Amino acid sequence: MEPMLSIKNMVKRFGGLVAVNDVSLDVYPGEVVALLGDNGAGKSTLIKCVSGVYHADEGEVYFEGQLVRFSRPIEARRHGIETIYQDLALANNLDVGSNIFLGREVKKRYLGGLIRTLDNDFMLQQSQMALDSLGIHFPDLTQPIESLSGGQRQAVAIARAVYWDAKLMIMDEPTNNLGVPEQRKVLDTIRTLRERGVPIILISHTLPDIFAVSDRLIVMHRGRKVTEKKISETNTQEIVQYMVGALDDTREQ
Amino acid sequence: MISRVWAWAFLGSLIIFFVISVQITTDGRVNFLTIRNSQNILVAITPVLLLGLGQTLVIIGAGIDLSVGWVMSLASVLSALALRAAFNSGLPLFLSVVIGFLAAVVGAGFVGFLNGVIIAKLKVPAFIVTLGSSFIVRGVALLLSENTTVIGLPRGVRNYGNDALIYWIQGEGGGLYFLKRPDVTGDLLRRMNIILPYPVVLTAIVVGIIVFVLRKTQFGRHTYAIGGNLEAALRTGIPVDRHLISLYVLSSVTAGIAGFLSTLRFTAGSAVIGDALLLSSIAAVIIGGVSLFGGAGTVMGTVIGSLIIAVLTTGLVMLNVQAFWQFIVVGTVVILAVLIDQSRDLIIGRMNTG
Ligand SMILES: Nc1ncnc2c1ncn2[C@@H]1O[C@H](COP(=O)(O)OP(=O)(O)O)[C@@H](O)[C@H]1O
Ligand SMILES: [Mg+2]
Repeated sequence: MEPMLSIKNMVKRFGGLVAVNDVSLDVYPGEVVALLGDNGAGKSTLIKCVSGVYHADEGEVYFEGQLVRFSRPIEARRHGIETIYQDLALANNLDVGSNIFLGREVKKRYLGGLIRTLDNDFMLQQSQMALDSLGIHFPDLTQPIESLSGGQRQAVAIARAVYWDAKLMIMDEPTNNLGVPEQRKVLDTIRTLRERGVPIILISHTLPDIFAVSDRLIVMHRGRKVTEKKISETNTQEIVQYMVGALDDTREQ
Repeated sequence: MISRVWAWAFLGSLIIFFVISVQITTDGRVNFLTIRNSQNILVAITPVLLLGLGQTLVIIGAGIDLSVGWVMSLASVLSALALRAAFNSGLPLFLSVVIGFLAAVVGAGFVGFLNGVIIAKLKVPAFIVTLGSSFIVRGVALLLSENTTVIGLPRGVRNYGNDALIYWIQGEGGGLYFLKRPDVTGDLLRRMNIILPYPVVLTAIVVGIIVFVLRKTQFGRHTYAIGGNLEAALRTGIPVDRHLISLYVLSSVTAGIAGFLSTLRFTAGSAVIGDALLLSSIAAVIIGGVSLFGGAGTVMGTVIGSLIIAVLTTGLVMLNVQAFWQFIVVGTVVILAVLIDQSRDLIIGRMNTG
């Protein structure tokens, strides 16, 4: 099977600091790949080089077999790579429907397109469907989302990605800053997505979560990829040792 | 979004207060709530409201436009010069007025375009860009007007600026100006009320258009999104730079319309007519509940804000209160308005988390 996403020998430097050092990885259709590592290991930088926020200094990215180079995040989105950022990229002053359709609003046309108004009913109904399909229920979709909880906002961000047919979903610490019940909700959502065959790169610190939802995991340490394992072939103790640098597959033992 | 119930209530109480106190202080000889006075108030708010409308758009988008007052002055001069030149070259009056309008709008729009490009593309803070352009625009307006009022406009211009949709003569009946101008003098003229003067009608149309744009169109949605979370707007592919430029163009254009209307009203162009209006326009916007942080606010809020300022000013004048008290009162209302909004946000915030 061909990988959906293929990163080859990626390097990203910030001045003298090598934040991502010669990392390669593949993501296949329908799998959840976890990306782990201590703070500052280079996880966020790596995925930002994929999603068009940063530009890699070296290396290539192949998406669906094609060599791609995104100069802006929107180009990655247009290809179907949706990123759920830690800060979510939602407009808190707008309601759920407005956020799910942000930048891609649906319009009604009058006078042969001379006057175009927002089709709020349609967007609301579609948003409801997108949320329903993920098993998420809000009492009122027309409230500005600043009135929602962190987990509910997370759900909106995920529903947005799903609605726009994400072919690859990248989640950077999606359960950060959430209460325990809400973390569980997000994990449920990740499982739902996986069942639908949407591949996911999941960045997280929480080992039990990762073991609960991932198929494969990759550990980074100081910019380098130090191991890659199937979940069934490893355990939390071993992974912790990789994370702190005690184990390293690239090093002569 | 933000409800302005208290602002409406405040406006209502202000009117009641002035009705009663004007009655008392004049022993019942003067009535605050006459047709004439209400129309005067409406005419008085048009410049502040027009500047406030552009300001509302810009501030919802998390910007600020300090140049609106001086852009209005420039537009007044430009429209007077263009109108005069057109008429002197033999064009009919109506066409000359249209050319005056275009000169005001295009000239002002050009200033807004430059503001927007420097802010959006060169990333200079809006406060600084529009502060600088205020000075430049002021200089240009004074240069063009040769430091005096631009006069010599055709006499008929006066009618465009001072006629109304409807006239009403007590005991005689009324009619529509554009069907037949009432030709009256003396006692009849004193008894004649004019309802909805043309500047008010034009301003109301602009209000309607901007309400529509903000509430119903993608442009409006993007304005709130950019003001609410610029980063989110960028990542979702909203053309932020282009949008910001449009906002500053619109802000200048509404100021340009205000300048054009002042030229019609006074049959003259003035390079200083808008000088004092910047602060009033921002005050109207803030009383109306537009957040200076961006992302929140409505046009109707700004309309109420302008009305409150105009009612206050007119009422205090009718009470023979010395003019500088107006400033003290308006300033107090601005600060109170923000305090009320903040305490309400606090209460609502507590309800959500509690
Ligand atoms: N924009 C930036 N400029 C300079 N250094 C950066 C920048 N972004 C990240 N870094 C540095 O790169 C390293 C990797 O950071 P990051 O990718 O955020 O790690 P992680 O997400 O794994 O915690 C850190 O040392 C961090 O300080
Ligand atoms: Mg990170």
